[in-house]
Amino acid sequence: MAEAATMQVSDEVAVTINNMNKWYGSFHVLRDINLTVNRGERIVICGPSGSGKSTLIRCINALEEHQKGSIEVDGTLLSSDLKNIDKIRSEVGMCFQHFNLFPHLTILENCTLAPIWVRKTPKKEAEEIAMHFLEKVKIPDQANKYPGQLSGGQQQRVAIARSLCMKPRIMLFDEPTSALDPEMIKEVLDTMIELAEEGMTMLCVTHEMGFARQVANRVIFMDEGQIVEQNEPEAFFNNPQSPRTQLFLSQILGH
Amino acid sequence: MANTEVSFVRTETLPPMAPPIGEQGIVKWLRENLFATPANGALTLVALYVIYVILSGSMPWIFNGVWNTSSLTECREVLDGTRGACFSVLTERWHQLIYGFKYPPDAYWRPNLTFVLMLVAIAPVLFFDLPRKMLIFTAIFPFLAYWLIWGGTIMTPIIALLGVVAGGFVYTRFVASNFAIGFFGAILAALVVWIIGGFMTPDTANENAMLQAVPSRDMGGYMLNLMLGVVCVSLSIPLGIALALGRQSDMPLIKWICVVFIEFVRGVPLITLLFVASVMLAYMFPPGTTTDLFLRVVIMITMFSAAYIAEVIRGGLAALPKGQYEAADSLGLDYPQAMRLIILPQALKISIPGIVNVAVGLFKDTTLVSVISMFDILGMIRGPILGGAAEWNGVYWELFLFACIIFFVVCYGISQYSQWLERRLATDHR
Repeated sequence: MAEAATMQVSDEVAVTINNMNKWYGSFHVLRDINLTVNRGERIVICGPSGSGKSTLIRCINALEEHQKGSIEVDGTLLSSDLKNIDKIRSEVGMCFQHFNLFPHLTILENCTLAPIWVRKTPKKEAEEIAMHFLEKVKIPDQANKYPGQLSGGQQQRVAIARSLCMKPRIMLFDEPTSALDPEMIKEVLDTMIELAEEGMTMLCVTHEMGFARQVANRVIFMDEGQIVEQNEPEAFFNNPQSPRTQLFLSQILGH
Repeated sequence: MANTEVSFVRTETLPPMAPPIGEQGIVKWLRENLFATPANGALTLVALYVIYVILSGSMPWIFNGVWNTSSLTECREVLDGTRGACFSVLTERWHQLIYGFKYPPDAYWRPNLTFVLMLVAIAPVLFFDLPRKMLIFTAIFPFLAYWLIWGGTIMTPIIALLGVVAGGFVYTRFVASNFAIGFFGAILAALVVWIIGGFMTPDTANENAMLQAVPSRDMGGYMLNLMLGVVCVSLSIPLGIALALGRQSDMPLIKWICVVFIEFVRGVPLITLLFVASVMLAYMFPPGTTTDLFLRVVIMITMFSAAYIAEVIRGGLAALPKGQYEAADSLGLDYPQAMRLIILPQALKISIPGIVNVAVGLFKDTTLVSVISMFDILGMIRGPILGGAAEWNGVYWELFLFACIIFFVVCYGISQYSQWLERRLATDHR
């Protein structure tokens, strides 16, 4: 795509996943995952439910443990060492399907909490940073409300702002628009597109194929815990190779 | 609009209107709530009759009450066969009901002052809009309260305070590098200060102290109930939180210690634990040490209610969506931060009704210490007042009514506070 081409991708590696395997009990959820993400790359991961796509990105910030293989994020190897895990988590932002804002804190407090406690930023500075990012997601006027008073789309944008306040180098999105009304999906996607245009490294589990076409460098299709196919969006959508991908695409684009 | 037409476009919004006249005001309320159906109306009349019977029996008894005689026989002479209560037992024995029968009367100001200071100390904990600096007084209060109520040398509370300060200093100094060094180092530092301080205090210090020393066995009355209630509630909430978190721990040893403790304590009647405290606990301490009965009872009641509070809080923790833990984790908060800032504020808020339930129950259960011959308010009523001399033998209603009322006042206060707190913390707008 023309727009994608203008967004530069560096040669620097952000995430390396090597022969990663994960089991839930004896159930093999992720099988031999190999993936390298360069800085500035925007990757969309899609696939049927239960294919392991959420589990894959949750392994990157160690919300899920992997049992075999290695994951390296920003040069730090993910091990069971808690110090490493906390370091990686403070560098990697994550947005969830159900937003997971903290309902007992105001929007502003939601955004300043991690910078103050993890980064040890002074409160005043943290609030300035938070207001900056709330303006960026276009809800600075809601800063003193509680999450329960906001619409789903607004909550998801707050969640994005909350992650950005930690100045992450990589953003993970776990189906950020799946719990939203159709009217609100656009406002969240617009925020994400804006973020992509600024060169943020993004891994995005989503079924928004329009979004994938517009911003992704690479689309990955997963099924049964494996990466079945990956390609540039144009080729992926117009000329899928694997029969499984063809079936999937025909089902979600069919109507 | 004709019926045959299907298409319809509203061009103006309808203005809001007031409801019909028969559907508002007191008449509507009476009709809907008291006399909705014939059966409903009959029940209303029966209920009114029952209320009338109760009030017509009790009101004359209360308002005809006698307040200034010095014995039951005298009281009966004044009443002269009419129905009336002998409230004079309260006016004559109020100090025994409140302070017990051995606490030195010239020192009654000490518990009174402590009570007032307690309200000041507890205020910033209960009402968090108050200035946070007041918490400094809250931290000093336990030591001050101990000195005021028990009296004796001022060295004891000062050394205790110094030990805690030393422990706190060691903890903050080392906890950043290693939790275990900080935690156990703090305990060690506190113990060292206490032992050195114990040696430095002369044995005769209590004899010429500013405040006359009062041993625990001389405490009694409602004061004892309040002391036990306040101390045990404030100790069992943090212990309960620790047990609830311990029960969720990934470390099997800690988890199993907590599970066994909670299940064991919940499976045993409180009276049994109190008997253990009064008779058997001495065997568990090192030989030669005598541990105060008050302290032993505090340990037992605290353990008992902490186990219940732990289960209540576990319910609160389980009610939180997993996403809250994940969001906290994904922002890079470590375990203590995630618990303190994200998980516990929400879990405790959910648990407020349950915790208050346990706290109110605990406060009322402090009357059980009367069975192990401590003279709390029930112990005073059953022992020295009713069973002692003959002058008040038989004044049951008045005494137990009084006990009910002063317990009700405190428990209702706690309940009202918790409802206020729930409204104050309601930020989720569900």
